[in-house]
Amino acid sequence: MNKIFETPLYPYTHHPDEDAETPVRHKTIVVGAGPVGLAVAIDLAQQGVPVVVLDENDKVSFGSRAICFSKRTLEIADRLGIGQKLVDRGVVWNLGKVFKGDEKVYEFNLLPEQGHKRPAFINLQQYYFEDDLVARVRELQEQGAPIELRGGCKVTEIDDCGDYVALEIETPDDTYDIEAEWLIACDGAGSPIRSMMGLDFVGRVFEDNFLIADVIMHADFPTERWFWFDPPFNPGQSALLHKQPDGVWRIDLQLGWDIDKAEEKKPENVIPRLKQMLGEDAKFELEWVSIYTFQCRRMEKFRHGRVLFAGDAAHQVSPFGARGANSGIQDAENLAWKLALVLEDKAPDSLLDSYSDERVHGADENILNSTRSTDFITPKSQISRTFRDAALALAGKAEFARPLVNSGRLSVPCAYDGSTLNGPDTDALPARTRVGAPAVDTPLGQGWLLDRLGGRFQLLTVDADAPDRLDVGGIEVERVAVSAAGNETLRERYLGDAASGVYLLRPDQHVAARWTSFDETAVRAAVAKATGRDK
Amino acid sequence: MSLNTKPNLPDPDGFYADLLSAHEGLSTEDSHALNARLVLILANHVGNRAALKEALELARATV
Ligand SMILES: Cc1cc2nc3c(=O)[nH]c(=O)nc-3n(C[C@H](O)[C@H](O)[C@H](O)COP(=O)(O)OP(=O)(O)OC[C@H]3O[C@@H](n4cnc5c(N)ncnc54)[C@H](O)[C@@H]3O)c2cc1C
Repeated sequence: MNKIFETPLYPYTHHPDEDAETPVRHKTIVVGAGPVGLAVAIDLAQQGVPVVVLDENDKVSFGSRAICFSKRTLEIADRLGIGQKLVDRGVVWNLGKVFKGDEKVYEFNLLPEQGHKRPAFINLQQYYFEDDLVARVRELQEQGAPIELRGGCKVTEIDDCGDYVALEIETPDDTYDIEAEWLIACDGAGSPIRSMMGLDFVGRVFEDNFLIADVIMHADFPTERWFWFDPPFNPGQSALLHKQPDGVWRIDLQLGWDIDKAEEKKPENVIPRLKQMLGEDAKFELEWVSIYTFQCRRMEKFRHGRVLFAGDAAHQVSPFGARGANSGIQDAENLAWKLALVLEDKAPDSLLDSYSDERVHGADENILNSTRSTDFITPKSQISRTFRDAALALAGKAEFARPLVNSGRLSVPCAYDGSTLNGPDTDALPARTRVGAPAVDTPLGQGWLLDRLGGRFQLLTVDADAPDRLDVGGIEVERVAVSAAGNETLRERYLGDAASGVYLLRPDQHVAARWTSFDETAVRAAVAKATGRDK
Repeated sequence: MSLNTKPNLPDPDGFYADLLSAHEGLSTEDSHALNARLVLILANHVGNRAALKEALELARATV
């Protein structure tokens, strides 16, 4: 039986664009059908923006790569129409254990706070995530949405011509030219588009190698994240064990810098290592093995004229913290609504600069966290190892040292503090739903607040009056009226000690501005600011 | 200034002797490890980032 990642999902077929006399111009072209490219394309198509996705390949990601998907990603996936599918397929986990040698030093619980539709994390193979996105593309196509997915189409040249971008595409048949009003480059960490445009990608390489193996075993390990510093089966290095669906387990083994990668990857070398870890009698099959060197880096800006970079093409982090795909999905949702407004002439194209600013801020946060984790996990000097071991030695004995132990700070959503799109805020309302932050879920009647938010500008009124609709220069702001009476979770997250609250929400569910009561002039000004019209 | 740089230790000679005796018989490497644990324990006790920052600067400036 073929594995899902060996099955062509969008094989090349000859397209009429290839025979056109003059290059066909599309509104938006996305290069790369990885998780980020597919997410941004679905988001655009759901807003009625025509989009063509090109990928040189025709399958989902080879091997599982990303496995931990965060709550924010699931909330975005809900808006894209695949949230429930992901949760149904995924494994929910909360407990993490940290070992030094063969002793447990510390254990953490992600302690899912009550009152959210989605769990803190699920584990799911990246190929399933992509498979669900492709299925959603097919579903949208059946409903007549303007979205196309072309496999076997490799972008080999790009030219930003000022008011459009020209592309040369290589297919199994021939090469052809097409044009895009806007190009979204989601072509991965090695981004050929970034190279063709001669753009920098600077940062830090961590001089270390990790063996990443997905093994299929039917073992009774619990559904927990186990992390070892200096385990007996990998002395002086680190190791990670984490469960995925279908009896697949992710194993990461740190190997050090001075190794022969090709040798280490051979099954005859991998299997004995894994046996040391899992026990001589453990029965397992290798699904996928790879050796990685990690880097933390980003582009200086994510917008270059009519080309917008998203996902790994724009930024790369080490995997400790699960911030790669999770942050790429946040790029996608930040970009889609802005581009849709610009294409509809409802916002100036300078709004797209805020995409770069906000997501550079997000990337910096992720790079900072993942660099710190990597420095802890793979100390680069004798003294950093000494302090690392001091923290680990104390963590077993004294609670204070546990927060110092860093085996990866798991992805949390980015709040756009200080963004140029942010309107007025007030201290009278709770900090967690401050301006710039993504709206926090709460139960609402039989359902959930987040299921009622997103996709357009909205005015969330909590025990406050406001008109049901407001037209702000062609942008319709729809009111969502809720009450905190009898809903303590909503009160705590949206009102605090205030009696009422009015939240202006962007189409990506982030708070654009908030007040304790409705003021039409202020709301209009905040919409103008959040759409870059006030410049 | 949040860092207290005025004398604050009762019985400084006694503390100094305790410090040395904690290290007695340890290899240089084990002593470094003990110092590292001690730094973390004391830093947590201080619990004031501004004071710790000044302490780090003062220690670094005397290299
Ligand atoms: C071992 C490992 C573990 C990880 N764990 C996690 C995790 O737990 N959580 C998490 O969030 N992230 C994780 N990541 C990161 C995650 O895999 C990436 O961040 C994610 O795949 C990035 O998605 P993307 O869509 O930006 O790029 P990619 O998935 O790399 O997709 C790029 C696409 O572009 C196409 N392409 C490239 N060049 C061209 C061209 N010239 N023309 C046409 N198409 C082209 C490629 O075929 C590919 O389909 C992990 C990564 C690794 C390696």
